[in-house]
Amino acid sequence: MKSDKPKKSHKAALSRRSFLKGAALTSAGAMAAVASLSHLKPAHADAPMPAGAVERLGPGPAPIELKINGEVKRLSVEPRVTLLRALREHLGMTGTKLVCDRGACGACTVLMDGRTVTSCMVLAVDARGREIVTIEGLGNPARMHPVQAAFVVADAMQCGFCTPGMVMSIAAALKRNPKAGEDEIRQSVAGNICRCGTYPHVFAAALNTARGFGAGKGNA
Amino acid sequence: MNRFEVVTPADVEHASAMIAKPNCAAIAGGVDVLDLQKLGVTRTATLVNLKPLAAMNGIDEKPGGDLRLGALVKLHEVAEHPVIRKRFSAISDAARQAATPQIRNLGTVGGNLLQRPRCWYFRNPLTNCLKKGGDRCFSVGGLNRYHAIFGGGPSFIVHPSNLAPALVAFGASAHIVGPGGVRTVELEKFFALPSVDPHRENDLKAGEIITEIIVPAPARGARSIYIEAREKQSFDWPLVSVAAVIVANGKTVSQARIVMGAVAPIPWRVPDAERTLAGMAPSEENARAAAKIAIKNAAPLPDNGYKVKIAEVLVRRAILGAASEAATASDQT
Repeated sequence: MKSDKPKKSHKAALSRRSFLKGAALTSAGAMAAVASLSHLKPAHADAPMPAGAVERLGPGPAPIELKINGEVKRLSVEPRVTLLRALREHLGMTGTKLVCDRGACGACTVLMDGRTVTSCMVLAVDARGREIVTIEGLGNPARMHPVQAAFVVADAMQCGFCTPGMVMSIAAALKRNPKAGEDEIRQSVAGNICRCGTYPHVFAAALNTARGFGAGKGNA
Repeated sequence: MNRFEVVTPADVEHASAMIAKPNCAAIAGGVDVLDLQKLGVTRTATLVNLKPLAAMNGIDEKPGGDLRLGALVKLHEVAEHPVIRKRFSAISDAARQAATPQIRNLGTVGGNLLQRPRCWYFRNPLTNCLKKGGDRCFSVGGLNRYHAIFGGGPSFIVHPSNLAPALVAFGASAHIVGPGGVRTVELEKFFALPSVDPHRENDLKAGEIITEIIVPAPARGARSIYIEAREKQSFDWPLVSVAAVIVANGKTVSQARIVMGAVAPIPWRVPDAERTLAGMAPSEENARAAAKIAIKNAAPLPDNGYKVKIAEVLVRRAILGAASEAATASDQT
């Protein structure tokens, strides 16, 4: 089956990807420019709230700090801005995908204090003080996370929109139980929908990682 | 999504005073609140953030054996907690089968109990249905395959909470803080039929906040179970769910509480079926008879007759599942 498929040209894949990424960054840049109009004072961390104090944010933009992939990021967002939109449109981190925007598909999965969450259902202001890890923080093409590498080896993607979310869910499950079996793997991606139907390869990639092979081969 | 402000109150009383004002609402896990805001079904201008209120958090086993669940406890905590899994397994089973891993990491106990119906007419911002102040329930004469088979009219929504049937089966109560002070209400009496008021699913008054749930210690020899039938196995709302708590002494059932979910606008307890089991052996035959009684008053709509059969089968399975464990436990004690 696998060998029947025409091999995707690495170059073609890259140019399509860089086109999409370029387009996304351009629109993110435009949004950032709009946001900066009302962002006149320098961003600062909110002081820890003294007892009895009341915080009121918005509806206009408020300066906040988010800790993403170990780095403190300063941005200015309206309280209605979700963590997902903050990542994609304010910070240009487009690895986390926007698909259903209702917490139903899992494409926007990130880790918050080590647990998977749909970032489309988290307000960015509520992510303050939390450790956020996105797909960009898990690994990069030169230094892939074992789950990412296993996805490459198992050909566990087609259109790729669900892939970052799948990888985050599986990475979180394997961190909790590095020897997770197929049932546990299936449970871990129960909230990640793949419309291409790549599930068998996704499970294979996860199980290969759990069994300790497949890791690192994607770098070769 | 409309613009809104987020206000963090100092304490529950302050939060209660704030959400009593028009165009204000509480937000905790935010899954349903943000869903409704994004849909435009609600356009709340001020969201009062309950998450930092530590008094509303935590899972405790009280000295007398009661279980206290803070309203801010996340569904994954309920699903994974060793005491709940051991002594209140229907509650952890219900939490584990709710939504997705990602949503269970966000969603709270209070939010699960107070989430609005999944009815596609209610959630469609273009329909002004009965629940939203309109003059008719569009499921009547419309598409109603997921709607109520018990307790419907004038609205035919089903209550969407997984935890509610399990908590009602255990006789749990809610502690509520409101402008009028503090009150405790049995969850069985908390949920309200649309014949009482079609605009809401419960008895929560303006400004009131559920702060915690108290689950009384189960009787000796009690065992519980929560099972559900769904269209999609990975994750889905149940077509029918059943929670059962069965107390067995020796070979007979001394007490049974059976509550169905997703079949009525409230968690649907079936006292007649419970009574037939009392004093009887939890046999296949008796479970089958009780299940028949459980569905005898079903009033399905044109598209949802199939739910009656599913309900009957699940009630039978729940009785047998809980009773076999209860018998084992009773032998051991």
